[in-house]
Amino acid sequence: MLADKDRIFTNLYGFQPWTLDAAKKRGDWADTKELMSIGPDALIDAVKASGLRGRGGAGFPTGMKWSFMPKTPNPDRPSYLVINADESEPGSCKDREIIRHDPHKLIEGALIAGFAMRARAAFIYIRGEYIAEAKVLMAAVEEAYAAGLIGKNACGTGYDFDVVVHRGGGAYICGEETAMIESLEGKKGQPRLKPPFPAGAGLYGNPTTVNNVESIAVVPTILRRGPEWFAAIGRPKNEGTKLFQISGHVNKPCVVEEAMSIPFRELIEAHCGGIRGGWDNLLAVIPGGSSVPLVPAHQIIDAPMDFDALRDLKSGLGTAAVIVMDKSTDIVRAIARLSYFYKHESCGQCTPCREGTGWMWRVMERLVTGDAEPHEIDMLLEVTTQVEGHTICALGDAAAWPIQGLIRHFRPEIEARIAKRKGFVQVPAMGIAAE
Amino acid sequence: MTDFADFTWTHQNAAEAERLIGLYPPGRQASAVMPLLWLAQYQVRDMTGVAWLPVPVIEFVANQIGMPYIRAYEVASFYTMYNLKPIGRFHVQVCGTTPCMLRGSDDIMKACKDKGMKKGATTADGLFTLTEVECLGACANAPMVQINDHNYEDLSYDSMSAILDMLARGEEPKVGSQIGRTASCPEGGPTTCKEMV
Repeated sequence: MLADKDRIFTNLYGFQPWTLDAAKKRGDWADTKELMSIGPDALIDAVKASGLRGRGGAGFPTGMKWSFMPKTPNPDRPSYLVINADESEPGSCKDREIIRHDPHKLIEGALIAGFAMRARAAFIYIRGEYIAEAKVLMAAVEEAYAAGLIGKNACGTGYDFDVVVHRGGGAYICGEETAMIESLEGKKGQPRLKPPFPAGAGLYGNPTTVNNVESIAVVPTILRRGPEWFAAIGRPKNEGTKLFQISGHVNKPCVVEEAMSIPFRELIEAHCGGIRGGWDNLLAVIPGGSSVPLVPAHQIIDAPMDFDALRDLKSGLGTAAVIVMDKSTDIVRAIARLSYFYKHESCGQCTPCREGTGWMWRVMERLVTGDAEPHEIDMLLEVTTQVEGHTICALGDAAAWPIQGLIRHFRPEIEARIAKRKGFVQVPAMGIAAE
Repeated sequence: MTDFADFTWTHQNAAEAERLIGLYPPGRQASAVMPLLWLAQYQVRDMTGVAWLPVPVIEFVANQIGMPYIRAYEVASFYTMYNLKPIGRFHVQVCGTTPCMLRGSDDIMKACKDKGMKKGATTADGLFTLTEVECLGACANAPMVQINDHNYEDLSYDSMSAILDMLARGEEPKVGSQIGRTASCPEGGPTTCKEMV
């Protein structure tokens, strides 16, 4: 278990105020100018050395992402940092806690990250449904401006840096980085074809990097305590601390900061009061938010919760949104509900996704009741592979993977439902004949 | 019904609209379309008690930033939180996605239906509109609803019914966890940083 002294988010639950005074007491904004004095390139090297991988799901090395930005920005094409606070992946609820309880970690991180990538400003795109959270964040940004921490000559460094909070309007797709950029430009949030990548042509056609809230908010602490401190936590290539969000059938669902690579069992025992009904009652876990395939109980129980271990289980860490399902779960319905989610959230731009998500959902609904033919399971699997990889963004993939995971691990359950329904149809017929 | 044909900002919102447009680089005022639509929807709510965006209001916003109406309408219709039709005084948005479903969102939906609500419809008294929404990002406090600007979390059939009764009586139910949790802290107290409590 991670020691309290190694926690970055010491006010995760908001027992202390979020305000600037309280944040300073927790160590935020203490020596920002000194941290920045090593210069942009050294900052990027430090983040690379920490091993930080993006916390938004894909796990791309954060320092490397920053290094793609131009070293000498053209004054007519200023670079931008866009911070993805559009937390909408089912199961995910960590950025919300950072924003409403520790917003100054995010704002300080925005300044340092923006300086490191030579950006002119940061746009924080927060999902529309986070209404109270957006109010806190906007108030915290105002506090930071009033104290001279951001804006002209931020923190007395001579660097000018603006932070703008932009509210979304209820569209999951805006969590995709190019859809977010489109939305920031005042358009529908429909993803762009890549290349060009945002680092070349992003917001307003200018060089842009999009980072997750957690990736940015951990940066000041990493620099203060040294990249080697962060890199010493977790397994190699999976370093650092991570906010885990445990929902579903545990006794005490919660959000908690833990070491990367913590075994699943330890995570649940230490913070969630165990599985509802005991460990023998565990059916399956979706370890990284709705987009990753589920993992059956026997495979996950002793697995390290990190990028590589979960990839080896044909799943993923994603946002570390751990959705736990016990044996009372209607597993087919649980996945069918996710299929509905993707159908609802498809932006409609690419045909395989627009049509495929609806088609897959309708078949999934029939599988819930067993109202299908056995060969339709393979047909569904085939369609998921026709959607996967054939769309501009990853929403098509995300819609396909949960279904693939279900069929991979619970095919007998689906087949049993079809068989039962076929048998069930005959029962009343026989009953009528007997009368 | 108010006539929105001569919709214009209140004195205060006019200044706020200018501030919002100024947040974006010169020539990029199209970026302000979402904040302005938000501001307009809130103003309509203050004027009429119902948060929505009538066509003349969208036109007004589009004109202010020099955007063709159809582009602004495209934005307003793409994002689900802009209401293009009038809704009830309370917009009851029950999260039905899997993390909430696992914790009993069916019961929450039933509590709403037992009060006479129908999914996608407004009650005859204009008080409640019921919508099943997709993940609202409070999964560690499931099941949950968002009603207008507030979240109600860790719900049960009974606590949801009580909240609806209170709203109908014009009272203000306690926002957040209905079982006394602090944010997403484990029930019964934190397992970490205990000295910070």
